[in-house]
Amino acid sequence: MTSAQAEVKARPKREASRHVVARVDEIAEGKSKLVNVEGRAIAIFNVKGEYLAIANRCPHEGADLCRGSVVPLIESDTPGVVRLSRHGELVRCPWHGWEFDLRTGKSWCDPSRTRVKSYDVKVERGAALVEGPYQTEVYKISVEDEYLVLEL
Amino acid sequence: MAKFDTTGAIDCDVHPPSPRRADLLPYLDDYWKEIVTTREVDVLEMNSFPERTLPYMRPDWKVNGGDPLEAMQKNLLDPLKLDLAILNVVSGAHALFDPYLSAAICRATNDWLIDKWLNRDSRLRASMLVPFQNVEAAVEEIERLADDKRFVQILTLSATELPLGRRIYWPIYEAAEKHGLQLGIHAGSNYRNAPSHSGFHSFLIEDHLAHTQGFATQIASLISEGVFTKYPQLKAVAIESGVTWVPPLMWRMSKDWRGARIEVPWVKDAPADIIRRHVRMTTQPFDLPDDPAEVPKALDHLLSDEMLLFSSDYPHWNFEGLDVLPEGIPDATLAKLLRDNILAAYPRLGG
Amino acid sequence: MESSVLERTEDKAETLGVVDCDVHPAFSRPDQLSDYLPERWKQHVRDYAIRSANPLLGTLPYPRLTPGNGMRRDSWPPAGGPPASDLDFLREQLLEQCNIEIGILQPLAAGSVAFNMELGAALCSALNDWQIDKFAGPEPRLRASICIPQEDAKEAVAEIDKRVTDRRFVQIAMPPRTIEPAGRKRYWPIYEAAEHYGLPIGLHTSAFGYRPNTPSGWTSFYLEEHFAASNSLQTVMSSMILEGVFEQFPKLKIVLVEGGFSWLPSLFWRMDREWKRMRSEVPHVKRKPSEYAAENFWYTTQPIEEPEKNTHLLDILRWIGPDRLMFSTDYPHWDFDDPRYAFKVPLTPAEKNAIFRDNAMKLFRLQ
Repeated sequence: MTSAQAEVKARPKREASRHVVARVDEIAEGKSKLVNVEGRAIAIFNVKGEYLAIANRCPHEGADLCRGSVVPLIESDTPGVVRLSRHGELVRCPWHGWEFDLRTGKSWCDPSRTRVKSYDVKVERGAALVEGPYQTEVYKISVEDEYLVLEL
Repeated sequence: MAKFDTTGAIDCDVHPPSPRRADLLPYLDDYWKEIVTTREVDVLEMNSFPERTLPYMRPDWKVNGGDPLEAMQKNLLDPLKLDLAILNVVSGAHALFDPYLSAAICRATNDWLIDKWLNRDSRLRASMLVPFQNVEAAVEEIERLADDKRFVQILTLSATELPLGRRIYWPIYEAAEKHGLQLGIHAGSNYRNAPSHSGFHSFLIEDHLAHTQGFATQIASLISEGVFTKYPQLKAVAIESGVTWVPPLMWRMSKDWRGARIEVPWVKDAPADIIRRHVRMTTQPFDLPDDPAEVPKALDHLLSDEMLLFSSDYPHWNFEGLDVLPEGIPDATLAKLLRDNILAAYPRLGG
Repeated sequence: MESSVLERTEDKAETLGVVDCDVHPAFSRPDQLSDYLPERWKQHVRDYAIRSANPLLGTLPYPRLTPGNGMRRDSWPPAGGPPASDLDFLREQLLEQCNIEIGILQPLAAGSVAFNMELGAALCSALNDWQIDKFAGPEPRLRASICIPQEDAKEAVAEIDKRVTDRRFVQIAMPPRTIEPAGRKRYWPIYEAAEHYGLPIGLHTSAFGYRPNTPSGWTSFYLEEHFAASNSLQTVMSSMILEGVFEQFPKLKIVLVEGGFSWLPSLFWRMDREWKRMRSEVPHVKRKPSEYAAENFWYTTQPIEEPEKNTHLLDILRWIGPDRLMFSTDYPHWDFDDPRYAFKVPLTPAEKNAIFRDNAMKLFRLQ
């Protein structure tokens, strides 16, 4: 092993940081919001009241996934017979239509090789956030509102 | 001395001369004897694929009125030391409009194949002719001959009345799959449709070029309609297709599928993977770069060494002497395509 | 696709602008083209519509997978109107974001394929006025294509003659799904004019023509149709070469647009193999077919094929030659290619300059 490799391997794991990225009422059900956290573009989706976040750039040609349509999973075992499930849990890229699972960031067609990073989002009361530690440049935290906190 | 050792190989595309009325009469019933005689149904040679095309006739393989089987034995089976060879009759039966006449010609041709070819040389196997114009009769013909294991596939053309994936043809595939028969697709058109988006061509050479469009769209149809989903044991064998049109089809379909799969959700895997599982190609003719050093690259694009099936396309003039394969095919690929791939593709060969 | 490309960051080093050989301008309202038609045809279109071989009027029989007949979902202009109808938003979303120095317009509206050929000629002329008025006039980065009613060669040549002095037109646009194969003599007056003026002819894949989209009839699904439609470009190439068009017009330049390009090497090998055997059928074809391809044909890149093993695309590039390929986005359609990310293989700087810029600059004489 060369010393350069050893150095890379030894690099300490980055501390997770928490970021207040939106008030919960900013993203209606079935809609999304694009946020920028430490230079990363992240798309947050409201899936039936649950908030799921993935990297915004499609790994294929770079389209904004936050502008894709939120769709169910469409499957079939027999020509002409189709079933739907997981309503609202996939996003279809606004360009070439590749589907990504909002829970895992994996693409439906090539899950092992084509994927986007997914992030943890938690809903927290302003009162809890005032305790810190969290980072926010945009939001004045009000104790009675609910916020989305994204972990990097 | 031949460049390739074909001892024990299986040739997947060998052509007997297509039978004339006189050949078929013994295998027709009284009604059809009367019809083919009175109505002069004799030579069924297709305009899209004339048997007489001189540039493709090997001068040293001329039969000259002798027994065509003996010529085949002398020119091909014996010198190449072949284990087996699959006979493909490229018949105008595919182009007849009368659904009953075409069924009668297919039946008689199959019986003629048994009597005049299969029964006379144990190395021979054959493709069964079935009338796609008459789906019920096609199924009946499959059932009639199913016990004769020497028929290893049914045969159709690269350009047909409807794309081959259409549901109307599914009973044929159901019967074929049940009996382990594969779907052979041979270059040719019955001219139900023009061979190009701009109609008929001026020259036969253009038709030859356009066959790849036929093959590619037939494969795309079989995949998109879900034939391989419904009949998972079925394989399509592209015969005389040229081979290298396949990777571009794989790439293009797999790319489009990622965005368009919701239209055909029964296409559950990338079309490239489906093609690798379900499509096979015979090796003559073979469209390859002139430089043999480039050939492995072109073959690598398939990402599979299981898809190529050895064929000579006898008696067509695709090669000189006994150099029956193009140069540049890697040894490992060669080892599989001469026999193993073929046994794996055709369950009825007993592999 | 290999996972190595997934984390690739934007290439900030791009300095030279890109030439985009396939941009689709759109009408801001369905009847906008009528503004450019003479009264007689304005009324005709109003009363009888523009009829063509598409079995549905104004709807695609193979519905696309995105709204607007297959548009990028993010391409609707904020100020309203359909994608690519608003010049300001086209400037922002395409020209600025993708660093497009010059974009070549490819109108897709039915002029050249209208059943009524007199109407078709009027529509082509209107499309040419409209391109200049709404796009290439106000925006010098956009260049126009001379739309022609190719089935009436006399009218087509008249339209070319009328437009050729306006240098904002950089090519002639003709659909590949002609009534007869493109090499037939009925089209030769068009080729004569194109060669005379040094104008390339761009043949853009079209979803509808006079014949089925496969030699076995019509496909059932868009998944098949999208691939099958681009097969018409193979027919254009083989017909023109084998009918002897380039023996007659050796300087004629043909651009095959929106068919991808990976099918070309196999077709070259096949043409040469067949010609070697069958050349006595076409004695007027003096050279190997692939030699005509290497001199008289260019190809736009979209929709770029994406081999499972990325490096396979380099074999294809090398077999075709980087001097024949020209980048295109197909904006604003769903299968748009972004110049920053479309190629998943590393190109040499020379290949990059050739494909993204220089080949088109030279062919269309853009400088």
